[in-house]
Amino acid sequence: MTTKTAPAPAAAPPAPSRRFSINMRQSGIYVAFALIVVLFTVLTDGALLQPQNISNIIVQNSYVLILAIGMILVIIGGHIDLSVGSTVALTGAICAVLTVQWGLPWPVAVLLTLLSGALIGAAQGYWIAYFGIPAFIVTLAGMLVFRALTLTTLGNQGIGPFPEEIRSLSNGFTGGYLGNIGLGPLGGADLVSLLAGVACVAGFGLSQWRKRAARLGYGQTVDPMPVFVLKIVGVAVVVMAVVVQLARFRNLPWVLVLLAALALGYSLMANNSVFGRHIYSIGGNLQAATLSGVKVKAVTFWVFVNMGVLAGLAGVIFAGRLNQAGPTAGTAFELDAIAAAFIGGAAVQGGVGKVVGAITGGLIMGVINNGMSLIGAPSERVMLVKGLVLLAAVAYDVWTKRRA
Amino acid sequence: MSDDVLVMRGITKRFAGVTALHEVSLTVRRGEIHAICGENGAGKSTLMKVLSGVHPHGTYDGEILFEGEPCVFHGVRDSERRGIVIIHQELALCGQLSIAENLFLGNERARRGFIDWNRTNHEAQALLDRVGLRENPTTPVDDLGVGKQQLVEIAKALSKEVSLLILDEPTAALNDDDSQHLLDLLDGLRAEGITSVIISHKLGEVTRIADTVTVLRDGKTIETLPARGLSEERIIAGMVGRDLEHRFPPRTPDIGDEVLRIEGWTVHSPAQPDRKVVDNATLSLRRGEIVGLAGLMGAGRTELAMSVFGRSYGVGISGRVVKDGREIDTRSVRAAIRNGLAYVSEDRKRYGLNLIEGVQRNVSAAALGKLSTRGWVNENEEYTVAERFRRSMGIRTSTVSTPTGTLSGGNQQKVVLAKWMFTDPDVLILDEPTRGIDVGAKYEIYSIINELAAQGRAVLVISSELPELLGLCDRVYALSEGRITGEVSRAEATQERLMQYMTRGQSS
Repeated sequence: MTTKTAPAPAAAPPAPSRRFSINMRQSGIYVAFALIVVLFTVLTDGALLQPQNISNIIVQNSYVLILAIGMILVIIGGHIDLSVGSTVALTGAICAVLTVQWGLPWPVAVLLTLLSGALIGAAQGYWIAYFGIPAFIVTLAGMLVFRALTLTTLGNQGIGPFPEEIRSLSNGFTGGYLGNIGLGPLGGADLVSLLAGVACVAGFGLSQWRKRAARLGYGQTVDPMPVFVLKIVGVAVVVMAVVVQLARFRNLPWVLVLLAALALGYSLMANNSVFGRHIYSIGGNLQAATLSGVKVKAVTFWVFVNMGVLAGLAGVIFAGRLNQAGPTAGTAFELDAIAAAFIGGAAVQGGVGKVVGAITGGLIMGVINNGMSLIGAPSERVMLVKGLVLLAAVAYDVWTKRRA
Repeated sequence: MSDDVLVMRGITKRFAGVTALHEVSLTVRRGEIHAICGENGAGKSTLMKVLSGVHPHGTYDGEILFEGEPCVFHGVRDSERRGIVIIHQELALCGQLSIAENLFLGNERARRGFIDWNRTNHEAQALLDRVGLRENPTTPVDDLGVGKQQLVEIAKALSKEVSLLILDEPTAALNDDDSQHLLDLLDGLRAEGITSVIISHKLGEVTRIADTVTVLRDGKTIETLPARGLSEERIIAGMVGRDLEHRFPPRTPDIGDEVLRIEGWTVHSPAQPDRKVVDNATLSLRRGEIVGLAGLMGAGRTELAMSVFGRSYGVGISGRVVKDGREIDTRSVRAAIRNGLAYVSEDRKRYGLNLIEGVQRNVSAAALGKLSTRGWVNENEEYTVAERFRRSMGIRTSTVSTPTGTLSGGNQQKVVLAKWMFTDPDVLILDEPTRGIDVGAKYEIYSIINELAAQGRAVLVISSELPELLGLCDRVYALSEGRITGEVSRAEATQERLMQYMTRGQSS
């Protein structure tokens, strides 16, 4: 109906309000995250944002965030993966066997572990993509099978300790290569960390600027300059605040560096690569994608291989963090990863979602976990709140969609 | 009681700032068949949703009098209780359930909470007899064709003691036989005193069956006319607000050499691998030529097209596809696209579009490679391409990232066409390119098809509407039971002649 009522000037006024509502839908998650952070900062008298605690939140949630990156791609493609928790356990066990029992050098061991993650993903991807069994069933089977293989591998006991390098990948911090500098009332902070933060912010600002310039060059609409500057400044303030706090504590955790690289790489892949676009098109309309020449089976297969590799990475990091590969490792991780993806704005039907959204969803749960334990809430109440947050997030998404 | 069963007065309905209906009035007399005509977006469906309570009382202005009493409907159940039943274009049947179960869904024949199967099946049989459907009531609905499913819907309405039956595009998906049967049925119901309102794009049917025609345009009632002696051209004039002297844009064909030849093409049904769906079909297309493919539903038109396009349908496929004198590989969709073929499906929502993405990402979907280097997509180029098609094809959308699911049928079809034009094909197969599209947008689609031919591409148009094939094509093949039964040039083609070919072989 809208198409008929369209003399050009009359159509102009509703546009801004509509754009605003779309923005609200996409950015609702970030607003919610900010509100949750503020809430727990108040409730914990600022303990939430203490240097050591920020570091803890990142390190404690790193493996779920890594899983969430893989999971959002699986969900965008219209599938689900219930096996990642078991895969984390199995790959952790494999890594333990390779390093502790066989004594392989750690880079070789990590590489082989990631490879075994890829094989796990490939095995499941085969049944899903080429045999046509729903992912729910295949990965439910995988959840049981890989847990069983973990128990077999470990002989029902933990294997450890891990080499120093693997432990520092999960728990360690970048070195203070250039020493500390004074930040007045904030005390000393690591210079390398600060410089890394500044470099990130500068890189972000520059790339956004170039993107904007390119869009303008192609005659597209862009944010007005004040909004653009405000966005950059906002990101810069948040990043620098986190970096300063970390620099005051023990420099940057290695997993943060890894996570940043993964987040950047996978965001680019999802948005700008042909492969990423194909994932969205398969989730958006499988038949249309097929008839457009998208190699639906191959794309689905590789999405699961990728999930397996990331689960393997999470397995290494989780085992390294505990300094032991245990038979119950990774239990219910799949649920956290799936919840992170949906809180972060993925759609159950597929075709919708963002890598950054999934990471934010994972951080929301991480902050709730951490904040509630700081105020001494019992674990059953944490679980209750997380469940309600998941429901509320998806309800909000459905509600905004219905209004649109 | 007055003679007017239904009076709708001054109905105004707004959606978020857009006025869908403006002071619309409709008066339906007892026992008549009242047709509502209008382009897509004219407000026909919205009006019927207001009437049936899908848009509840209070969300619109104006009043509705049914049997002389004002109506306050809060939902579909309220209107059904008064005997107003609407049958939507998309049928609402549970495919796995039997005919009888569907007929009494939500209205079960039960005793103390347990279904009385004897009574259910007995009453179902009576209803099926009434609509002239010779099927066992225990047959699952999935086993029936669309035409028969439509009859089940009507039987379901009759089970609710309907006094006003509303049908939204009842014959859109039916072949001529099934349409005829349905129209006869409506005729019979009229004799029983049931009033019907039908929304239809098929003006031939409207002039044949209706007593009264109301034309809507841009959310307003334009006119209400007695159907007797009314011509299609007269209705179209009301619908588009202009005299549509030519339904087809003028074109001077410039036909070159043969570009594609399909030889001895045979396809078997995936459900019954011993049944030939397409049987030894041979056809050829020349550059700059628009060729039609006529056939009744089930003749194998779509199956032929989809099997050629990357073997997207069928098993046991044999035959050759020759392009520019050289046999080409069409075994996968990618190979077909690479060899310059494009297929625009008859069901654009299911097979053509990613409805949650905008024009930009849909237009690029079949040729992302052209917009990317080493696997990375240049989004700015993509935007430029989308904008170019938006302008050149007149796609009406607020931005190129607005989800295509919110566009009208005609605009969606333009997006699908743009997607395939961007692959720069030599041969386009267009399957029902104007299905469910209003008259104005049809003209635009025809212009696009002409333009494609003028660029030296070959176009194969599959259509159920013979006037469309006659108005558009240089040559028409007729398909019957999977076999090419005739080939007629534009000069010799008549509807009667094509219909003869299309039905040939069915009796023998």
